[in-house]
Amino acid sequence: MAELVQLLFAGLTTGAVYALVALGFTLIFQASEVVNFAQGEFVMLGGMVTVFAYQAGLPLPLAALLAVLVAVATGVLLHRLAIEPAKGATVVTLIIVTIGASILIRGLAQLVFDKQFHALPAFSGDAPLRLLGAAILPQSLWVLGGAAAIVFGLWLFMERTLLGKAVRATAANRLAAELVGIDTRLVLALAFAVSAAIGAVGGILVTPITLTSYAVGTLLALKGFAAAMLGGIGNPVGAVAGGLLLGLLEAFAAGWISSTYKDGVAFLVILLVLFALPHGLLGRRAVERV
Amino acid sequence: MSPGTRTKLVVLGALGLALVLVPFLLPSAFHLRVAALVWINATAALGLALLMGLAGQVSLGHAGFFGIGAYATALGPKHLGLDPLLSMLLGVAAAAGLALLVGRPILRLKGHYLAVATLGLGILVHLVLVSEVAITGGPDGVQVPRLVLFGWRVAGPEVWYAITGIVLLLAAWIALNLEDSSTGRALRALHDSEIAASVAGVDVARHKLVVFVIAAVYAATAGGLLALFNRFVTPDVAGFLRSIELVTMVVIGGMGSILGAVVGAALLTVLPQALTLFHDYEHAVLGLLIILFMVFLRQGIVPGLAGLLVRRRPA
Repeated sequence: MAELVQLLFAGLTTGAVYALVALGFTLIFQASEVVNFAQGEFVMLGGMVTVFAYQAGLPLPLAALLAVLVAVATGVLLHRLAIEPAKGATVVTLIIVTIGASILIRGLAQLVFDKQFHALPAFSGDAPLRLLGAAILPQSLWVLGGAAAIVFGLWLFMERTLLGKAVRATAANRLAAELVGIDTRLVLALAFAVSAAIGAVGGILVTPITLTSYAVGTLLALKGFAAAMLGGIGNPVGAVAGGLLLGLLEAFAAGWISSTYKDGVAFLVILLVLFALPHGLLGRRAVERV
Repeated sequence: MSPGTRTKLVVLGALGLALVLVPFLLPSAFHLRVAALVWINATAALGLALLMGLAGQVSLGHAGFFGIGAYATALGPKHLGLDPLLSMLLGVAAAAGLALLVGRPILRLKGHYLAVATLGLGILVHLVLVSEVAITGGPDGVQVPRLVLFGWRVAGPEVWYAITGIVLLLAAWIALNLEDSSTGRALRALHDSEIAASVAGVDVARHKLVVFVIAAVYAATAGGLLALFNRFVTPDVAGFLRSIELVTMVVIGGMGSILGAVVGAALLTVLPQALTLFHDYEHAVLGLLIILFMVFLRQGIVPGLAGLLVRRRPA
């Protein structure tokens, strides 16, 4: 029982981070049909900027805020300087643009920061909480709570605000949205900004547990992509479910089978799921028009 | 002479000319080694160009097949005492077998789903190479014995330049014939619309599988050559970034263009060598260049330049 709870929490904690990355993917994909492989770099920026600002003497909340702002600025620049000029290019070309951007961001981070691993202090101490015989890090609860707050906040934004409705309208039909007077360029920039902020917050929350370095973004982006596809791309509920599911599968595979192949679980699962359900778990069947 | 035959002669002639001229222009041993690397990468990129350009299917895990070819060549002699060349052929067969096995379910997928599935396949191959330390040597890599053909020790940059160049020429010849065959026409048809192609009587699933296996064979052959040429392989040859490099070669050169794949391979092989001058800035500059190429030369170098020529001619 204790082991089960232990693995459950470990899985949900990493799963929450995957869910945030997948959510960021989904948001940008919905607004622009771009699969943004630089999504993991926002998580890296969140962690790294906070670490360095904190070490420079800034209080933790201010350092975190600065990190979110840096990530948002990066996201907006990415959209303005790379995605928008490549408008109308093929899917593969856009994928390569975002991968180029992720190599660029990583290269710059390695110059501005360094190549070491860094940690942050846990937000509310390191003393583990006892639950059914398992030891839970308080920081895990921060990650889970933070992820839940972001998901809820995003839902409120999308459903209850005019701007959120504009995002959804653009996702549904870009031309129609433009015709009713929505500035779709602004909406796209907004999608990149929000998605960068979500990634950065994920990075800040999880750094006390997993550490961070300039290179953590790649694998996170790939797993987040797998999570988003697992749920069915363009579906925010699917993205969160896919992320949590991957985190849990990884934790249980590491605990019960082999930790060597932990990083392979996500990709094995996505292959098996897609073999059976070519549009992901919650994806709609697309119909090709001739 | 049919237009297909003319294209074939032009492309093979241009490639042959480049193969003959490069040693005169760049005579140092280092340059020849880099050129041999270009031919190896171009062979892998060619296969991917058939899959992406001709059939319109993307693979973000193609380095997996490259890695299988490379590691088979290294591990056959080490563990089974096999001849390196035989091991390489077995590796190519293994890659073809894997492509045949997973090709059908994977190629049912479309767009981003196909991208994530091939990505997963490549990462799983890479993970096995990194993790099975007892067999593969793990992240440190493994030595490859020297190739000996009928008592002749194959060595020296000139020899490897010739071997890799001839393999590339052969690969291009086969690719050009494939483009000009009924399979090539079927692939172009399903690229435009799978439904329309199947209504016209094209066996879509079979043709996609055929080109996927061919692309895997090209990649594994290139991987085996790299192993024999470098005499050392690390799991990096099968990594995600390697897969992306291959895709970028195809796209930068110009999707669907045989010469484009070679130009793209040349650019992405020479560029990192040149960028080592920038030391720490290497990655940042590489990322920046990739973005700039994709934004400003969207169609790729070869079709872009060809388009300029055609547009000027009537005036």
